[in-house]
Amino acid sequence: MMSPATIGIGLKPAHVKQILSAGAPLDFFEVHAENYLVAGGPFLRHLEQVRERFALSIHGVGLSIGGTAPLDTNHLDRLANLLRRFEPAWFSEHLAWCSDGTVFYNDLLPIPYTERSLARVCDHVDHVQERLGRRLLLENPSTYIEFAASTVTEGEFLAEVVRRTGCGLLLDVNNAYVSAVNHGREPWDLIAALPADAVDEIHLAGFAEDHDGAGDRLLIDTHGMPVADAVWALYQRTIAHLGPRPTLIERDQDIPPLHVLVDEALRARSVLIGVEPQSELAA
Amino acid sequence: MSGANGVLDALAGALLDPGQPVPAGLVTWNGSDPAARFAVYRNNVVVSLVEALADTFPVTRELVGAPFFDAMARCFVAEQPPRSPILTGYGDGFPGFVAAFEPAKALAYLPDLARLELARVRAYHAADAEALEPTMLAGYLTDPHRLPDTRMTLHPSLTVLSSDHAIASLWAAHQGERRIDEVDPALPECALVARVGDDVLVLSVTRGTAAFVALIGDGGSLGDAAGVAAAREPAFDLASALALIIRHSGIVAWHVPGDLET
Repeated sequence: MMSPATIGIGLKPAHVKQILSAGAPLDFFEVHAENYLVAGGPFLRHLEQVRERFALSIHGVGLSIGGTAPLDTNHLDRLANLLRRFEPAWFSEHLAWCSDGTVFYNDLLPIPYTERSLARVCDHVDHVQERLGRRLLLENPSTYIEFAASTVTEGEFLAEVVRRTGCGLLLDVNNAYVSAVNHGREPWDLIAALPADAVDEIHLAGFAEDHDGAGDRLLIDTHGMPVADAVWALYQRTIAHLGPRPTLIERDQDIPPLHVLVDEALRARSVLIGVEPQSELAA
Repeated sequence: MSGANGVLDALAGALLDPGQPVPAGLVTWNGSDPAARFAVYRNNVVVSLVEALADTFPVTRELVGAPFFDAMARCFVAEQPPRSPILTGYGDGFPGFVAAFEPAKALAYLPDLARLELARVRAYHAADAEALEPTMLAGYLTDPHRLPDTRMTLHPSLTVLSSDHAIASLWAAHQGERRIDEVDPALPECALVARVGDDVLVLSVTRGTAAFVALIGDGGSLGDAAGVAAAREPAFDLASALALIIRHSGIVAWHVPGDLET
């Protein structure tokens, strides 16, 4: 059983040797499944060594659960093998699509929130959970556009997927903030709409600032910056509302030294155990 | 098709084709033009795939410069987008694309250099296999009568490339291992690529050694491979070719005719 103040960071190849030689005051690491679907070599060997000392979260970016094409059963088979080998504490994917059945777009693309897409997402989640023999955590996306066809909110949609499939949720607080700003909404509305018991993991990351055609803020989910103050505030409120949940710092661009990411994770731990971050007191 | 299928299919079609209009059915909270927002997705798709290619072909990118490489990679992405979510395998078609890419024609060595970089990435992620101990192999090598019909299984990471250009030297120069101004790109070179520990090595080898390794890798017998190698390179030395492979943990099985498999 993990402690309630469970924290982790994304595992980066540049940090692996330091983590293995000097350790890290963290509980788990997260990797993108697709980076480890290789025949052999250092990636898998290093992940095995990390797994001997830390819990693991495996995060998929290629299943296209929101897509209109049938799920790629070969890809599901490969994921099943990876999960069997590494026995991660969590496996998560996105409420998004990334493939039309032919081309893989390498981005998490948005879906309309309709009865029809709800039925399709639930079918796909059922299929994934059945094939993998475990609970999937579904992550709320960052989005830049909305669909005229949508009939329910993202929160209502996710709550209904949980109700119908029994899947869990990976609540990305940064995505909640980014999407809310991008669509002129209140970030708390999404979080309040989610079934609290279903949230098994939280992601925090940084965004970049841009502007849309009207000059309004358009936030881009780059994973290339420290977590923004507004997202820390939203996270604090989220933890007060949900109780402590395993929390991960995501960073995929402009990777800083390991200690920078560890410090961000420790700040999350401070929130989880209900004390003010030490770094702020010292500053 | 109508509804969700229709709009997602329209999005898919427009992502890689900037000439296509932004699909209908998109809305924004402030009434702004959805085009600026759809552009974020188009940019994410293309830039992330160009970055994936840049990760696989770093020396190719240095040789032509980042702006040229990125422009060339964008053309490749539009023509041959990935078909699999496993991007470690993306770029198999890139060396061939570079060879046919008109603006890069003046750099005749570029396609083979890209092939070398692709071979390095494949070697890095190739299956693991335990190499035979040199002491064990020494025993086999003392039995010359059986050597000609012997076959070997090479390590899955081991490959050779033969080029009309100095690909191994060009690659080494970009690792700081030698001076670029001392490299004549027009000199033919062969390269052996092997993963040893966590590192993928690129070694310049003779034509004979390259032919030998390629034939052994295809399942040929030692005698046949050595014969072809000697025809390609009169000075070919079987003992030193074998020693090179053994030194780089390259032999994982040794099949002597009439014996049980080792």
